[in-house]
Amino acid sequence: MSFLNPSNGAWSILALLVALLLVLVTFVKFTRLWTVILIALLPILGVWTFVKAPEWGLWFPKDVSTHGAGMDSLFNLILWMVAITFVLTEVGLVWCVFRYHDKVPGKSLFTHGSHKLEMIWTAIPAVALLVIAFAQIGTFKQIKFEDHWPTGGPYSKDKPIAHVIAYQFAWLMRYPDANGSFDSVDVIESPFDFVVPVDTDIMFQLKSRDVLHSFFLPNLRLKQDAVPGMTIPMWFQATEVGEYDLICAELCGWGHYKMAGRLIVKSKPDYEKWLADKRAALKSNGTADLEAAE
Amino acid sequence: MSPDGNSAPAHAPAHAPGHGGGAHPAQEGPRGVAAPGTVHVSHDHHELGFLRKYVFSVDHKVIAIQFMLTGLFFLVLGGLFAMAIRHQVAWPWKPIPGLSVLFPDTGGVISPEFYTMLFTMHGTIMIFFVIIPLLTGAFGNFLIPLMVGAPDMAFPKLNMFGYWAMIPAIFFALLGFFVEGGAAAAGWTAYPTLSTIATAAPGSLTGQTWWLMALTWVGVSSMMGAVNYVTTIFKMRAPGMTMMRMPLSIWGLLIAALLQLFALPVLTAASILQLLDRTLHTGFFTPSNLLVNATRPELLSNAGAALDGASGGHPLLWQHLFWFYSHPAVYIMVLPAMGFASDILSTHARKPVFGYKPMVYSMSAIAGLGFIVWGHHMFTSGMNPALGMSFMVATIMIALPSAVKVFNWIGTLWGSRIHLNSAMLNALAFVAMFIIGGLSGIWMAATPVDIYIHDTYIVVAHFHYVVFAGSVFAIWAAIYHWFPKMFGRQMNETLGKVHFIGSFVFTNGVFYMMHQIGLAGLMRRTADPYTYATYAHLQESNELITLCAFALFVWQIFFVINFFHSMFWGKRVGRNPWRANSLEWEAPSPPGHGNFDRELAVYRGPYEYGSPEVSEDYLPQTRKLGDGAARPAQAHAHH
Repeated sequence: MSFLNPSNGAWSILALLVALLLVLVTFVKFTRLWTVILIALLPILGVWTFVKAPEWGLWFPKDVSTHGAGMDSLFNLILWMVAITFVLTEVGLVWCVFRYHDKVPGKSLFTHGSHKLEMIWTAIPAVALLVIAFAQIGTFKQIKFEDHWPTGGPYSKDKPIAHVIAYQFAWLMRYPDANGSFDSVDVIESPFDFVVPVDTDIMFQLKSRDVLHSFFLPNLRLKQDAVPGMTIPMWFQATEVGEYDLICAELCGWGHYKMAGRLIVKSKPDYEKWLADKRAALKSNGTADLEAAE
Repeated sequence: MSPDGNSAPAHAPAHAPGHGGGAHPAQEGPRGVAAPGTVHVSHDHHELGFLRKYVFSVDHKVIAIQFMLTGLFFLVLGGLFAMAIRHQVAWPWKPIPGLSVLFPDTGGVISPEFYTMLFTMHGTIMIFFVIIPLLTGAFGNFLIPLMVGAPDMAFPKLNMFGYWAMIPAIFFALLGFFVEGGAAAAGWTAYPTLSTIATAAPGSLTGQTWWLMALTWVGVSSMMGAVNYVTTIFKMRAPGMTMMRMPLSIWGLLIAALLQLFALPVLTAASILQLLDRTLHTGFFTPSNLLVNATRPELLSNAGAALDGASGGHPLLWQHLFWFYSHPAVYIMVLPAMGFASDILSTHARKPVFGYKPMVYSMSAIAGLGFIVWGHHMFTSGMNPALGMSFMVATIMIALPSAVKVFNWIGTLWGSRIHLNSAMLNALAFVAMFIIGGLSGIWMAATPVDIYIHDTYIVVAHFHYVVFAGSVFAIWAAIYHWFPKMFGRQMNETLGKVHFIGSFVFTNGVFYMMHQIGLAGLMRRTADPYTYATYAHLQESNELITLCAFALFVWQIFFVINFFHSMFWGKRVGRNPWRANSLEWEAPSPPGHGNFDRELAVYRGPYEYGSPEVSEDYLPQTRKLGDGAARPAQAHAHH
């Protein structure tokens, strides 16, 4: 968005305003010319914005997951199909406005349609849409279908790394005690911070205490509503150590905007150390509030 | 039957005298009074008092104008809410100049509670009090009897009741702002349990109850309208007006009315269930054993020993019921617009609609598929993912009829003679921008992509391109196009063009960049996005969008001036200023009580522009050609 930067963008904005004023005062007189230009600008600026968007930082945040690649490539496949259709249809529209105006002598072409054309422009998009429909099934299954989830890791649906509990307007991650039990005063509670080891299949259970929330990790391309009354199993694998935003993505009340958590991805030894430290701190006095917990 | 079939209707009355050739647009019937002796005139014509004529009117045209003025008023109100929302997103917690009068304790700063009410009521107003009333209430009412050749609606009193059911709806919708806790704040989707538990949000104290009442009354209004539209279209068409000779506007309105008839009862039932959850503490949508705001919600199933265990209702039930109506509602908001655009493109391009039958079939396909795609709003809701897959396939396939429609619009323009007046410009803009809204929907249908983009600004961009850049531009086009018939005067072309250019530029300025900030992950309904590091760099883009939004709002002054000035002082026009074919242009401008002052017989479809059978470039549906002239057209008609 460099052209909006006040240091070098003031002139660009001024130029834009002048251009708009120019269009305005001449539009009534040169309606056709300007209409052609304006409709043509839709695909031109439209495609240009998408090309420049990554440069402006207006693109997907960095992907640090195993889910992301499939999703991003599916997005790009659709982007290409959509872009081609967008440009072709807008060009057709622009051409019509440019070429077939009321000064052209004679009546318009008297036709009520063409069966052949209808068949063509039904069949081609139908095939393209079916391609999109089938191209996405694998990725969706991998993310969502429990029988397609990886096995053999330290965590599973029945042995999750943690219960993630959402409530107005906070996140609470409850890690099981040393015996794997969540029904214990020695449960480790980590408010707002979801600490996980890197390069590991992380299985967890998502719950809500009060209203709908949504567990959204932009960098891991993962989003799932937390529904009161439901326990929803989820999985992901983070591929890079770091701290990432955990965002509430479903309206949950006035404080929705500030329900910010963190995903903290640690190396495996660091994670084990963090867990051990937490356990050691708890040894003497378990503090988990069982009544309000989940 | 072919839409342009030239066969004479079975019960065609003798063709009205003085009814042929180019002289006819100049003919101006006596204003407001139907000529005696015509079959359609069955009303007595004693002068009605002001109240009966303009307020409690049973005339479909007056009711249409009532709906239109109400809808336009709420467009301004909903627009003001949008401006406040945009101000907050661009400059969170900065006071809005002049708003300190309303919020003296915050000095004009929007509180987070008020922000949730703003977007809740923005969505509610724009959908239930602007787009649906304008498309079906205003234009449905005005166009259906005129375009099918009927003297009025089938049930005029029911029609009047349809408008007056809007009044309690408006009252309840606005009442929310004046009760303790404020207006509904659970989003226009009103998802439980935020909406059902009083302690979950200030707006859920009582505001949500009034919101549900408003929704129910709007539903009553829509239902009265839909019953009327369907009956009128099926039973009151003029002789010779077969279904396949109806203008596409009527098809769009008919299909939208059928969608209302079948889907609306579900929403009404659901909102009554939610009312019960809120007032009698039943648990249709509310599971027991919740802990909201550190208190146990008052709930019948929470009484006594029922505290443990998961009993009670399910929040997803509401989502299913709500979207079972509200997804078809999206098509209610766009099918009539598609119809208007088809009619306006054809009329001002002086060329028949390309592929009339495919247009009708694709509208029907959109409506049919529209009933089995609601689950695409719920891909991340916790619904069974296998169910998500089947909704995905249906959703992907609904793009097909929309694509066919776009191709046919371009086909209509191909080889035409385009008159670039205000109506045509807005109709062209509708097509140009509906393409964007339609295409971006494909990402949302792709389930893995939707997991990421669900509820982000790319979704906001998508549905505003469909409903604002699509439907509202079609509404503007329709107002420019049918204004002469409504008021007997034409709107000012210069002002119309000035209004168009700014609206087009700023609409794209507002909504196009939302695709990119949505890709960057920005969530909708976030009062202060910059709480998150992920969004910190998005403020510049949001400022640009907000500036465009302000400009777009201010620009509407040109439309307001044009609309009211032209209503009283616009250029007077005759019956058929656009030299159009469909039946409404046979009536005087504006039509009197009973609409038509001569008998109607329909001989062909409404799109015979540029026909080689006549010297003019149009051929009205009612004009009878001699047998000799009819024959070559028969051969032509079967393409």
